[in-house]
Amino acid sequence: MSKKEWESSVLAKALAKRAERKPEFKTSSGTTIERLYTPEELENFDYEEKLGYPGEYPFTRGIQPTMYRGRFWTMRQYAGFATAEESNKRYKYLLEQGQTGLSVAFDLPTQIGYDSDDSMAAGEVGKVGVAIDSLADIETLFDGIPLDKVSTSMTINATAAILLAFYIVAAEKQGVSPDKLRGTIQNDILKEYAARGTYIFPPAPSMRLITNIFEYCSKEIPGWNTISISGYHIREAGSTAAQEIAFTLANGIAYVEAAIKAGLDVDDFAGRLSFFFNAHNDLFEEVAKFRAARRLWARIMKERFGAKKERSMMLRFHTQTAGSTLTAQQPDNNIIRVTIQTLAAVLGGTQSLHTNSRDEALALPTEDSVRIALRTQQIVAYESGVADTIDPLAGSYYIESLTDSLEKQALEYIAKIDEMGGAVKAIEQGYMQREIADSAYNYQMQVESGEKIVVGMNSFKIDNEKPPQLMRIDPEVGIRQSEKLRKLRETRNNAAAEACLAALEKAAGSENENLMPYILDCAREYCTIGEMCDVLRRAFGEYRPMEVI
Amino acid sequence: MEKKIRILMAKPGLDGHDRGVKVVSRALRDAGFEVIYTGLRQSPEQIVTAAIEEDVDAIGLSLLSGAHNHLFPRVIELLKENNAEDIMVFGGGVIPEEDIPGLLEKGVAAIFTPGTPTSAIVQFLNERFG
Repeated sequence: MSKKEWESSVLAKALAKRAERKPEFKTSSGTTIERLYTPEELENFDYEEKLGYPGEYPFTRGIQPTMYRGRFWTMRQYAGFATAEESNKRYKYLLEQGQTGLSVAFDLPTQIGYDSDDSMAAGEVGKVGVAIDSLADIETLFDGIPLDKVSTSMTINATAAILLAFYIVAAEKQGVSPDKLRGTIQNDILKEYAARGTYIFPPAPSMRLITNIFEYCSKEIPGWNTISISGYHIREAGSTAAQEIAFTLANGIAYVEAAIKAGLDVDDFAGRLSFFFNAHNDLFEEVAKFRAARRLWARIMKERFGAKKERSMMLRFHTQTAGSTLTAQQPDNNIIRVTIQTLAAVLGGTQSLHTNSRDEALALPTEDSVRIALRTQQIVAYESGVADTIDPLAGSYYIESLTDSLEKQALEYIAKIDEMGGAVKAIEQGYMQREIADSAYNYQMQVESGEKIVVGMNSFKIDNEKPPQLMRIDPEVGIRQSEKLRKLRETRNNAAAEACLAALEKAAGSENENLMPYILDCAREYCTIGEMCDVLRRAFGEYRPMEVI
Repeated sequence: MEKKIRILMAKPGLDGHDRGVKVVSRALRDAGFEVIYTGLRQSPEQIVTAAIEEDVDAIGLSLLSGAHNHLFPRVIELLKENNAEDIMVFGGGVIPEEDIPGLLEKGVAAIFTPGTPTSAIVQFLNERFG
């Protein structure tokens, strides 16, 4: 029997008796979901061309030959709050609980280049991450944590070069040389303009800082991931799954082009590019998204940029579960959402994973909540069995159809962005921002009309919920950080610090200089983030966005 | 024709999360309000200056970074200093339940937390200005 025959006989009879739940089923990206997928949807499916084998081009099935049979993904919980002292304690706790890598969250003043005692920082110090003003804070943050033994991911963008310099010097002081360091800086400024908002400088000098880092790291810290090209925040801002991969890879293309234009050889830096995606609730669409992204990036690197090394074509990625899916109502329900999202990430072949905590729609997570989130990953890894064979959903008529359709949708967006002159131009014109805002608004309207059910929020509600215990940040953190800064400015060699800042300013003015060595000199003399960024703000100016609503 | 109610939607502090403020801005506009959005990273001083210059009826503050206890009352203080306390201030974002009474006491007219439908904000404004 063919699908058509089944539809006109068995199915027609059933539909005559009772209609389906909805007239049409759709994915987040607007793709119509068929009732049933059969071999007919995969006619002419070429296994070798579309999937291949794990560890081989186009890497659809995964980037390593053994995937999680070799070792599990890195369980890496994003953490940081208040001061370096308090965050250092949380990192040690997480490592004791079996976490296998560190991930540092910085507060907003650190991310946007203001010292804790700057008036712009008022009220924000230590709130969404740890407050870092100088090398002294980084020394405290990693006190007692051997930097040659852990890999550290730092969510830092506009000030990435400065935080990387602090990390390198802190490691030197522990007796660890740069070539032993492993980790990642996010360093993805384009998505800051498009979705996340912690930019400082305009695109051109920002792209220069990024290529300076690529160049410096390719020589000095070969084990460092120099960028984590992020779709996570694009999705959090409201994009669909197709837009998430399209805009992320379009940004990736812009970075590769910038580095090639700066004179680097694609195979010298492309192997250190890494990615960062969101894991949402729509399990199958998410798994397909990760697979489509791998295949797309491999083709882009090989065909568009002529990469020769296999490593340059591999899309390696970190995943975080979707903060925007968490509800403030009945927060324990979020544990179940995070479990589904964890499955999506693992079935999609992630290299590392952060699982959100149940209370994050309300505040930073408590220690108990973080432990449950980590245990969720451990249960999926050790008990569910999903990690025991590679890419287990491959060959599913549905998954392969979805993978193809997401790839096609993403390619259409990328072609449109190419026509605009690339990602930087598309962002300057507000194109990505508008697309994301439209998707966010559509989603909200679907929730408000009840077309989309969010359990506990727009249905299955309970009255008089008991508010959970939340984590509070001590409001005195700002005062303590300011006091530390005052002491630092009294005790450091101020003449040397000023000389380093002057040298940095001069170098910033000449386009062909790599700024990393100058920033490292400033770091060693305990120049602060605010001081370095003031110098760079003078040299580069500040970005003024086009606002889109 | 009746004069439209003007609302300034603002992002105080350094927080970059603007999904919520954009969705609310659009919903208010669709509901017939005149909406001006400040963009990110506005100091309380900038917000109050813009509100007075634009002659708005209300300011909507959106913040997800946890700095609301500092920044929201500061906007109210500055409105008072500028004899503009007739401009109503409401807010939204990641704001713990226990912080809300304090903010209301300081003069914030309402706080809308995650999960609030935009229709509830529209209804609130219509009741205030209706």
